[in-house]
Amino acid sequence: MIKVYGLHKYFGKNHVLRGIDLEVAKGSVVCIIGPSGSGKSTLLRCMNLLETPNEGQVLIDGVDITAAGHNIDELRAEAGMVFQRFNLFPHMTVLDNITLAPMKVRKVSQAEAEKQAHEVLRRVGLEEKAPAYPKQLSGGQQQRVAIARALAMKPKLFLFDEPTSALDPELVGEVLDVMKGMALEGTTMVVVTHEMQFAKEVADRVIFMDGGVIMEEGPPELIFSQPQNDRTKAFLDRVL
Amino acid sequence: MDFSLLLKHYDLLLTGAKLTVVMTVGAITLGVILGTLLGLMRIARLSILRAVSGVYLQIFRGTPMLLQIAFLYFALPPIFGSGIWKNPFIPDAALAGIVALGLNSGAYIAEIIRSGIQGVDIGQTEAARALGLSHLQTMQLVIMPQAFRRVIPPLCNEFIVLLKDTSLVSAIGAKELMYQARAMGAKYYEYFVFMVGAAIIYFCLTFVLTQISNYIERRLAVSD
Repeated sequence: MIKVYGLHKYFGKNHVLRGIDLEVAKGSVVCIIGPSGSGKSTLLRCMNLLETPNEGQVLIDGVDITAAGHNIDELRAEAGMVFQRFNLFPHMTVLDNITLAPMKVRKVSQAEAEKQAHEVLRRVGLEEKAPAYPKQLSGGQQQRVAIARALAMKPKLFLFDEPTSALDPELVGEVLDVMKGMALEGTTMVVVTHEMQFAKEVADRVIFMDGGVIMEEGPPELIFSQPQNDRTKAFLDRVL
Repeated sequence: MDFSLLLKHYDLLLTGAKLTVVMTVGAITLGVILGTLLGLMRIARLSILRAVSGVYLQIFRGTPMLLQIAFLYFALPPIFGSGIWKNPFIPDAALAGIVALGLNSGAYIAEIIRSGIQGVDIGQTEAARALGLSHLQTMQLVIMPQAFRRVIPPLCNEFIVLLKDTSLVSAIGAKELMYQARAMGAKYYEYFVFMVGAAIIYFCLTFVLTQISNYIERRLAVSD
């Protein structure tokens, strides 16, 4: 589904990604963990070109999105992204937040877009919030709307950038439940997270990043119970 | 102090006020169009556009308004022809004043527009682009509507400044409110009453502008 080869990214002199190779199979869930500043979010943001990598390739379904000559806007629509800070459009209702991209990018009719919007809102359990404005919702509800907004575009894969880090602890569960539901339905997901329990339960594969490189990867039961790398061990000791 | 003079000649002050309003509306229109253009140029990806608008800003913010007015009215006609300010609608001096005020406020409005756009959280742009919207769609559907709310209060402030600055155009002989007040004051040697009269009219005009701005702000806040 998505393949990353030899990815490098610099912010000025700061070498943030130092040669990342990664493959995510269709229908699998990959969780990326690691200390802050390790390049997890930057890697995720390179996968839909919110950041342009300095070197390397990103292939989605065999299409090299880093190659010149593509319509980047169309490619971005294939990777739905959910942000730490939700980033809902505050001047639009929940319904308009969700129908905007299908109508403007996919050229779906308004009636069809609204029908789909109600469907995805039902999936995240917020059907009755369609006419509300984002600021009338709790953080957890806002994030579920953000997930619904991404779902409405029917992307090939989903990128989650610390989706629960800005939430009050009691609101984390409702967002993770929605994500678990998506995983069970066979959605391809790449999740940057600090929720180790979620990674243990849901991930097919866990990747530990530090200093801009992948230090260790494997199935969650191995990474969490028998980490091979010293830095993985040290990190897990601190967070678990 | 003979306030009866005011009652006798208030129509002359009102004629002046009419020209003040005409000049204000004209200058605001020109200033908003120019300011929006310059403000967008300030954040353009093309560096030449940023440079051009930066130089413009420096020039118009760095020289006195009164000089700009006089420059347009006195210094340009010898170069471009003595008839350049001739028009069938308003006195020459008033037109020169409108253009000078519009060019000047364009520089300030450009900064208001720029900071309004840049003040919108970068996450909004990222979310819109991640959904596949183009740069243009993102600006038009997501950023501009949010920037619009932010620029209303500083824009209103700028409009009030502009209204009061039309009084500077009296220096080149446009018969607006300030000019009339001075002329009548001189004629009757009774400056006090005519200055007070003009001050009251200026105050009423700015008061109306403030009320309109407050109303728009309240309306926008409801749906926010």
